[in-house]
Amino acid sequence: MPKYVAVLLVSLALVTACGGAAIQATPSPTARPTVAPTATTTPLTGKLTIFAAASLTESFNALAKEFTTQNPGVTITPNYAGSSALVTQIINGAQADIFASADEANMQKLVDAKLNSGDSKIFANNKLQIAVQAGNPKKITQLADLARNDLIVVLAAPSVPVGTYGQQAFDKAGVKVTPKSLETDVKQVVAKVSLGEADAGIVYSTDVKAGGAKVEGVTIPDQYNVVAKYPISLVKGTMNESAAKAFVDFVSSAKGKEILASFGFIVP
Amino acid sequence: MTRPRPDAATIAFVGLAIVAAAFFILPLIALIVRSPWSHALADLTAPNVAEALRLSLVCSLAAAALSAVFGIPLAWVYARIAFPGRSVVRAITTLPLVLPPVVGGIALLVAFGRRGVFGESLDAIGVRLPFTTAGVIVAETFVAMPFFVITVEAALRSMDRRYEEAARTLGADRARVLRTVTLPLIGPSIAAGLVLAWARALGEFGATITFAGNFPGTTQTMPLAAYLALETNIDSAVLLGLVLLAVSMVVLIALRDRLLGSA
Repeated sequence: MPKYVAVLLVSLALVTACGGAAIQATPSPTARPTVAPTATTTPLTGKLTIFAAASLTESFNALAKEFTTQNPGVTITPNYAGSSALVTQIINGAQADIFASADEANMQKLVDAKLNSGDSKIFANNKLQIAVQAGNPKKITQLADLARNDLIVVLAAPSVPVGTYGQQAFDKAGVKVTPKSLETDVKQVVAKVSLGEADAGIVYSTDVKAGGAKVEGVTIPDQYNVVAKYPISLVKGTMNESAAKAFVDFVSSAKGKEILASFGFIVP
Repeated sequence: MTRPRPDAATIAFVGLAIVAAAFFILPLIALIVRSPWSHALADLTAPNVAEALRLSLVCSLAAAALSAVFGIPLAWVYARIAFPGRSVVRAITTLPLVLPPVVGGIALLVAFGRRGVFGESLDAIGVRLPFTTAGVIVAETFVAMPFFVITVEAALRSMDRRYEEAARTLGADRARVLRTVTLPLIGPSIAAGLVLAWARALGEFGATITFAGNFPGTTQTMPLAAYLALETNIDSAVLLGLVLLAVSMVVLIALRDRLLGSA
């Protein structure tokens, strides 16, 4: 019996040791530059968890990098997925400080659940493009081509913003498309096209830009195109309101706009 | 050994055991409590759900059947024929037991996708797996067959070889021994392996959505439908979860003597 007690004690000790380590792991504001960051009186510290639409992956990584360079005390953990998956996670208790959606419908779900803090604001716009393989081997030039039955077309699921936007574009153009798959976020659509498994998909122009050399975009004329509006909001119960506010402000600052624009977003 | 010390340990263990049991029981209770019972029947017969259920059953049964057709010979070879590199081949073919299913899906995609390493030749002869129901069956077989193979191989290794030897000395050839002695003797294990493989195929998510995609009626199985429903209609997601739970319970009850002993 004493053996079991010993095992129990050791495991308890391990558990508490791990807990202690986790608590100590908060970043210490060492090696701060002497130059004060823009317009902040007290230096920002702590963790910031940002839930952002999959289409924001590259731009928010760049924004986070710039923000943490300006505020070295802050560590940012981004979580990128389809906006609908993200808002579902937040409503079900995921700890997030900021939510950036690729449409207003999913932001509205956050508001309906009374989980927003303050008003959301539109910080970027995006347009749709047809993603095709580099060199456009299937000669896809317009939305109507996607109805061709020799093509494998992959779209995002209707719950994902780009899935809905894509359907709106098809409706405007009067095209009926039968996709082979409804992917969980826009990056999966880009992946299936760049792997060559799909011939075409509807994505944001920024995703084509981020997709590298294996994908290229076919422009959708403005009369059929849909402008995706990206709202951002603080999440209620944020553990780090000052840093979260500063990040949201940074996204709309001149530097933030410059970064977003460099990834192909249209900034208001 | 004094009296109080074992008591303290017993209390601690029973306490931890209760936490462990609650950890499994509470989510199941929640699933039942949150189920939209008032409109459960309507939700279950909604075209999307019915389609997903049908597709799940068809694909998982096909995967279980394929696992048996190819898995029995594979298990037999592992158990009866010594060949160089057997342990390596065996390890590779049972890898999906521990491999994250999404990784399996990516591997299948780069192997048998339209532009995959071997998929281009498949495509040339008109076989296309991604975004097809056949692709779902392939993905499910990939993750499920190892369960079948290890179950049957264990039975082949632990069975009394003297029956086979007696049959051979009495003049039966290898095929006849296999048919009339070996297979009947390991019958219960084949059944258990089938059920395990089928249950694994039924619950398959990661490899399926990665390799076969997600489209209602062709590749959207129950787990995929449940996952996507969570983002739009949580009632429907809970209900789909409950159906899968019920199916799993039936499997477990059917297998309880084999897996758990009679508790």
